[in-house]
Amino acid sequence: MSATAAQPTVFELQNISVDFGGAAGPVLRDLNLHVPAGQFITIVGPSGCGKSTLLRLLAGLQQPSAGHIARQNSDGSAPGFVFQQPALLPWRTMLQNLRLPCELGRSQMRQNPAEDQLLDLLGQVGLNRSDVDKRPAELSGGMQMRLSLARALVRQPQVLLLDEPFAAVDDLLRMKLQELVRELHDRRGLTTILVTHNLQEAAFLSDRVLVLQPAPAGFTADISIHTADRDQNWRVSDQVTVIQQKLTKALISS
Amino acid sequence: MTQRSSSTDADIGRVMNIAAPLVVLLLLATIWHLAVEWCQISPVLLPGPLAVLQAAWKIRESLLAATVRTAVAALGGLLVSCLAGTLTAFLFSQSRLIRRALYPYAVLLQTVPVIAIAPIIIVTLGRGFLSVSVVACILSLFPIITSTTTGLLQTDAALEDLFRLNGATRWQTLLRLRVPGALPYVISGVRIASGSAIVGAIVGEFFVGSSESGLGALIQRKSASLVLSELYATVITATLLGTVVFSLISLGSEFVLRRWFGMSLSGRP
Repeated sequence: MSATAAQPTVFELQNISVDFGGAAGPVLRDLNLHVPAGQFITIVGPSGCGKSTLLRLLAGLQQPSAGHIARQNSDGSAPGFVFQQPALLPWRTMLQNLRLPCELGRSQMRQNPAEDQLLDLLGQVGLNRSDVDKRPAELSGGMQMRLSLARALVRQPQVLLLDEPFAAVDDLLRMKLQELVRELHDRRGLTTILVTHNLQEAAFLSDRVLVLQPAPAGFTADISIHTADRDQNWRVSDQVTVIQQKLTKALISS
Repeated sequence: MTQRSSSTDADIGRVMNIAAPLVVLLLLATIWHLAVEWCQISPVLLPGPLAVLQAAWKIRESLLAATVRTAVAALGGLLVSCLAGTLTAFLFSQSRLIRRALYPYAVLLQTVPVIAIAPIIIVTLGRGFLSVSVVACILSLFPIITSTTTGLLQTDAALEDLFRLNGATRWQTLLRLRVPGALPYVISGVRIASGSAIVGAIVGEFFVGSSESGLGALIQRKSASLVLSELYATVITATLLGTVVFSLISLGSEFVLRRWFGMSLSGRP
């Protein structure tokens, strides 16, 4: 972590607790997290450990019951968020869905990107400009997910939050989408936080993997991963396998 | 290849939608006819289908006039209940407190026996077209309120998050997410309400009586006169009216959903 200390901080969580008032107690308790700019962080953990709650907290969709959260994105823009489902408006075309975030908010916050800019973004996520007038029902699951990803980036956020976005797609498509996300992260200099169940995905994609256990345990492992290229060779490399094993151990040890 | 076969399937489906019920109708009419013939049922008890058709032709002018009158009263009532129903649903969708306070009274619209309320309305508003329309309106209001409220409240949690995340105002969320998302629900409410509106108008006409010659009044007159074949013809015409109005509204809504939303009533493209 000291190696990244020079980078500006994007998120600083101090003693964060989130309690929905359930009988099981707080979902998150006394959690601390430092997120420097530019990192690709993956959070793994068992179901119900509060991964998604943590992501919603970072997005500002959830307020902490206790503790302090500092967000330092220099332009004050909302983070891009990709949900488990594509979450597209079925009555809007591809281009209209992409434009949606720009139409929301108070007038001074709204943007009006040129159509060329939108088409370029669609190209970046691997969508074809001949499909721009199609509605979601006419798109394949993979195309819908790509569109959802493009929509998260349309307001040029500095932070990208991904809540198990590839859980519902087949293996081959998942690999392609993983590579796409990492490429976008690198090209756009994003700070990306991914929540997933998939340890191979975590090991392949991330600069850093955090293992989250149900409260009160919190983060039980924080593994940094260094590599030059995240290509097919890296995916099948021994290092990724080793990291995956480490993560497995961290998950089942507690 | 799949494109073509699926469009052929759709064509076959469309033909079957019309052909299958017609075959059933013919079958039932045949059974009815044969039953009357073979069992030698007296036409005073049960006229055969041909006798009913003849009777319908005989009184065609009064049947047509009554049908138009009933249809206009029912559709007028339905139009008002569409406006009032969606506005009420809009109000309900704004706060849980409003919903809690007013929903029981909306349920009253459904539970109050129309037979009991129609005379009260007629006493209040007089024996005329207005009373008939008001009964139709009351009877058709509830399905529109409930389905529109459901539609306005039932939005995808992820989409709501997306709107919040991008700082959407209440108004933006309503116009860009809730209202278009509720449209299929509104339409399905209107379809159900259209049948209720016809029933409401006919019941209203029952009580308004013979001064207004709608289908309800005609049914009453024919049942009093004991010309059973004409009574059957009138009842069948009333049923047909309901079916035709329901089908036309279904067709119209299918068109609207497909044209502006790329959806169909079943929720599929």
